[in-house]
Amino acid sequence: MEKSHELYWKKVLGLIRNVLIVWFLCSYAAGIMFSSVLDKIKLGGYPLGFWFAQQGSIYIFVALIFIYAKLMGKIDEEFDVAEK
Amino acid sequence: MSLQATTYLVVGLTFALYIGIAFWARAGSTKEFYVAGGGVHPVLNGMATGADWMSAASFISMAGMIGYMGYGGALFLMGWTGGYVLLAMLLAPYLRKFGKFTVPDFFKARFYSDTATIVAVICLLVASTTYIIGQMTGVGVAFSRFLGVSNNMGVIIGMAIVFMYAVFGGMKGITYTQVAQYCVLILAYTIPAIFISFHLTGNPIPQLGLGSVFTGSDMYLLEKLDHIVNDLGFGKYTTAVPGDKLNMFVYTVSLMIGTAGLPHVIIRFFTVPKVKDARSSAGWALVFIAILYTTAPAVAAMARLNLHSTINTAVQSGGDVFAEEASIQYDNRPEWFKRWEVTGLLKFEDKNNDGRIQYYNDKSKDAEFLSKAEAAGWQGNELGVNVDIMVLANPEIARLPNWVIALVAAGGLAAALSTAAGLLLAISSAVSHDLLKNMFMKDLSEKGELMAGRIAMAFAIVGAGYLGMNPPDFAAGTVAIAFGLAAASIFPALMMGIFSKTMNKQGAIAGMLAGLFATMFYVFAHTGIFYIKGTEFYQFFGGKDFFFGISPNAFGAIGAVINFAVAFAVKNMTTPVPEHIAEMVENVRIPRGAGEATGGH
Repeated sequence: MEKSHELYWKKVLGLIRNVLIVWFLCSYAAGIMFSSVLDKIKLGGYPLGFWFAQQGSIYIFVALIFIYAKLMGKIDEEFDVAEK
Repeated sequence: MSLQATTYLVVGLTFALYIGIAFWARAGSTKEFYVAGGGVHPVLNGMATGADWMSAASFISMAGMIGYMGYGGALFLMGWTGGYVLLAMLLAPYLRKFGKFTVPDFFKARFYSDTATIVAVICLLVASTTYIIGQMTGVGVAFSRFLGVSNNMGVIIGMAIVFMYAVFGGMKGITYTQVAQYCVLILAYTIPAIFISFHLTGNPIPQLGLGSVFTGSDMYLLEKLDHIVNDLGFGKYTTAVPGDKLNMFVYTVSLMIGTAGLPHVIIRFFTVPKVKDARSSAGWALVFIAILYTTAPAVAAMARLNLHSTINTAVQSGGDVFAEEASIQYDNRPEWFKRWEVTGLLKFEDKNNDGRIQYYNDKSKDAEFLSKAEAAGWQGNELGVNVDIMVLANPEIARLPNWVIALVAAGGLAAALSTAAGLLLAISSAVSHDLLKNMFMKDLSEKGELMAGRIAMAFAIVGAGYLGMNPPDFAAGTVAIAFGLAAASIFPALMMGIFSKTMNKQGAIAGMLAGLFATMFYVFAHTGIFYIKGTEFYQFFGGKDFFFGISPNAFGAIGAVINFAVAFAVKNMTTPVPEHIAEMVENVRIPRGAGEATGGH
């Protein structure tokens, strides 16, 4: 039992890490740090860096939470720790 | 029907709706009072969280701030939404699993100490109280601007409405009114935006309109706007940054972790039936918030464009902005201009006595621009613009029908009232549950606690109303403090409580206090000790923003780092965490066995 708890937690932390990487890339990296470089690319009338900062990052945040919730549900099932 | 009458009608109808819900959703137990019975559907909870979260500032001021700041305004957009990703993954499901009524409940059990609880309660009360002053003044302002009643009368009406559903309904009444308030505020925000986007770009969806071609030209709207603000000596819209990028980065971090650490948001996730629901509910909350937050940048850019092209007729055609006839004559100013002048949101001062309005950046760093302006006989910017005007006057600038203007009034009030109610619940539950029931009057019965909750709520409303009518001088700056405190004290402590099995009470308490004091120290260095003018002491450290150019409002993230560092250092020097606490953390980490939220022990 101990072992499976440890493995469960490891998987959960792995998922959180992956989501946080995307979370960081779409907001801090694309929207702030590299926005001036990305601005050279245009998305319609939007400079790309500006779009990430004021639009894109928010859409990606929404998607990330639902993806996280879904994958967490799967991990819960796998380790049989989901609520009944 | 006159505008005034329409506004009364629309606002009256929404208030009748809220009171009807209050009557239907009365709370009969502490469980209903604190967590709405624990059976709220995740989508509805998401909607309620959206209304809870989006305050008068989000509704009225944010688009204006972004319009004024340009690209850099994105720090509000990312900061106030990205926190939900953290909340959904790091806090909400685990605190829901823990299954108690309040945030300090968690501190009490996890850090097995009354001191930790009291520190948490203090952080919660300071953060929530500072936040609520802003909401109550927002209610007063919305009433006085739209309904022509005095500020104080507006606050009293607002208090009476909140009293009805918060005191009798507790979290249950608040939750269901917030759902209704969300619908009102989102309609009020998006309808004018759709009209304006269609008018300026031919695309009715504001999120797409902002990236579309500006009607009647061959330029994209953002390109056009860049040219316009550049012509008038402001920095380029799509690249303007507040301070530098490092400051923008740290500011965004502070707002994100502050969002995740604000107690009135966290407790909303105690109302859903399951751990699974807490995760998805955070997603729904962000969907509902994102509708407003992705519309705001469009409103910002379009309102700014509208404002400039109204004042200076040459900017739209790309003509000579310095030509005399380009600046409009004060006597020919539009109707909406006159209406909003009365409220003081627009202020005209004819510095060069030519009877025309010159609105430009007289502090521009572009020497060539300034010399041209001087040559044109401009003697300084003549128009004072309060950024709130960008949302408030938007429907009038776009000549929308009266009912839309009335709806904006109702929406502003819904935004302010819903946030105020959520904060009031966080405050009253901290008093009746954490202080009375769990500390000073442990033998309080369920009925007694419910009554205590209602009385605490009533006092909190009256207190908030008083502060709303007599806002302290420093009111404007305090919302930033709420975020700073939540970021520097509450968020790191909750994180360590869940993700570190070895964090002990000494570490947590020392960390919270260190984060709190570091943040207060930095803020007070700029604003004066407890906001008393003349006691600023930043000059002793080498000038404003002395810590790597970080502005005081952005310092919460640094406070959080200090919190973590101190907590782990102290932990390693003190007695380890008891065995049963480590087991409890182990248990919190898995969803199975989460009953409904209870206050029991």
